[in-house]
Amino acid sequence: MITAGVDVGSLSGKAVVLDDNRLVSWGLVPTGPDSAETAKEAMDIALQKGNLSLDRIEFVVSTGYGRVVVPFAQRNVTEISCHAKGANYFFPGARTILDMGGQDCKAIRCDANGKVVNFAMNDKCAAGAGRSMEVMADLLQIPLDEIGPRSLQLDQGEVAVSSTCTVFAKSEVLAHVRQGAPTNDILAGLCAALASRVYGLLRRVGIEPEFVISGGIGKNVGVVTRVEQKVGLEANICFEPQIVGAVGAAIFARDTLVKQKKPAAAR
Amino acid sequence: MKANYGYADGSGEYFITIDTDVCDGCGECARVCPSSLFEVAPDDYDQVVARVKEKLTRSVGVLCPGYERCRDKVPDCHAVCRVGAISHSW
Amino acid sequence: MVTIGVDAGSLTTKVVVLEGTAVLSRSSLHSSTRDAGGKGIEEALRSAGIGRERVKEIVATGIGRNEVAQATSAATEIVCDARGGRFLAPSAATIMDIGAESSRVIKCDQAGRVADFVLNDKCAAGTGVFLEAMGKALRVPVSEMGSLSLKSTQEVNITAMCVVFAESEVVSQIHRRVAKEDILNGIHKSIATRLYGMVNRVGIVKNVVAVGGLARNAGVVRWLEELIGAEVFVPEFPEYAGAVGAALIAADRSQS
Repeated sequence: MITAGVDVGSLSGKAVVLDDNRLVSWGLVPTGPDSAETAKEAMDIALQKGNLSLDRIEFVVSTGYGRVVVPFAQRNVTEISCHAKGANYFFPGARTILDMGGQDCKAIRCDANGKVVNFAMNDKCAAGAGRSMEVMADLLQIPLDEIGPRSLQLDQGEVAVSSTCTVFAKSEVLAHVRQGAPTNDILAGLCAALASRVYGLLRRVGIEPEFVISGGIGKNVGVVTRVEQKVGLEANICFEPQIVGAVGAAIFARDTLVKQKKPAAAR
Repeated sequence: MKANYGYADGSGEYFITIDTDVCDGCGECARVCPSSLFEVAPDDYDQVVARVKEKLTRSVGVLCPGYERCRDKVPDCHAVCRVGAISHSW
Repeated sequence: MVTIGVDAGSLTTKVVVLEGTAVLSRSSLHSSTRDAGGKGIEEALRSAGIGRERVKEIVATGIGRNEVAQATSAATEIVCDARGGRFLAPSAATIMDIGAESSRVIKCDQAGRVADFVLNDKCAAGTGVFLEAMGKALRVPVSEMGSLSLKSTQEVNITAMCVVFAESEVVSQIHRRVAKEDILNGIHKSIATRLYGMVNRVGIVKNVVAVGGLARNAGVVRWLEELIGAEVFVPEFPEYAGAVGAALIAADRSQS
């Protein structure tokens, strides 16, 4: 049974093809101005890599911000449910999931079947999302991927950043720079602040092993290390954390299809 | 499932929690909320339950004055929920 | 009896010289000025033509109230806003102060006492910082934003309230060649929505008065009126409400 999942996020579009339980192929493209077009581009790449055409796919589920505008999807499912299913696919022991991208942060607790038990999402405030780190990288003129490693090489000691709001934190950081605080120490403070915000969201849903991290934040070792310390668990991160939601969508597609076929077979 | 709708920002945490394990989808919350925050619809597991409208999750702290402050005005969402499925963080 | 109120805000320091219930003079200086409070007092006294020795009491308020060396005592922004707001608009029941980096909504009882209030100085949404950032993105001076927004012909929604997220939304609207006036209208709706949330929290009670620097912005006020469903009164010199309140409190204190 061949199914597909398409995740149209605010920054990238992902498509995954699944044959029963086997991950056949996937495609990843940056989100363009047209969500439907983005979904099609990602799907085409996945189909090409899997040597398939769209008519071979029996059922498609879409998810993500642009999920309602995917023309070739038969059903749409929220990101929360798809992330839980996807994390369960890669790590069957997953119970607590943190997904953080540029625009939002999700904390999810799920059961052994990947069904959501508790969730909270924050997509209203930049300070609670990866976006705050991009703003600071820009402000301090440091490549985004250097923030994590540098935040772990302390000079004199972590410089605390007390403002939550990214706009107010910017002024605070500039004041620290003027007073001559070492950049690495400021970065440590910024990573610690983001980690504690993330931890607040995780605590709301409850923390249970195993712990899985997905999304762009998985690439920032400074935040991941500090979240792990607070949570008291090591994080599992799969080989391509960006496709977790699309994998979950493809599983939803398969499960929906199985459900639809059952009554037909009984008849 | 405990579904937390809302957000945290510099000014505080604003989450409305709906316990879908006890929600029977009666829709009374949707009827009484002065800000029309709720709707009843099938979730991803085909259970018909109440939820905060997706378009409004980013402004619950603005549209809802908080449980304590709403209570003395109208029949509130907590009072009309027979199964006690709704709670507020503020 | 002459008293002085100093409102040391995050952006500007406002000074009011009061004799009885008559405002004799006002002054305003950038808060980053060295000894802004002291210089503002001198300036205000000079334009009132009054010698320092006639001043009975000086009350300071605002975020920098403890740094005003000339003040004889201090009072919170909430108390001063309530007092100043009721002085400028005696029937006011709800007073909103929309400042550069913070905003407050205060509910007063009939006697003018503070019954309830909501304060936000932790999230830049709903403060002047929001408008300033959007003005920068659109290359429109903050002083012109409000009036320009009123010329909007097509409603554009800026869905984000967060300054950082709204900035990207505005930039993408610019790329899509949406008219400046329409984007500005959406921006003003966003900031007004955030402020409406604060009014909603204390409960909407008429009459509503807006003070603080942003009360001068006609775009914000228009949207507030629409969302609240009532007229929002803006007094003359709205940014001096806190300083007037401080001067009135100074008069109370020198009498007791």
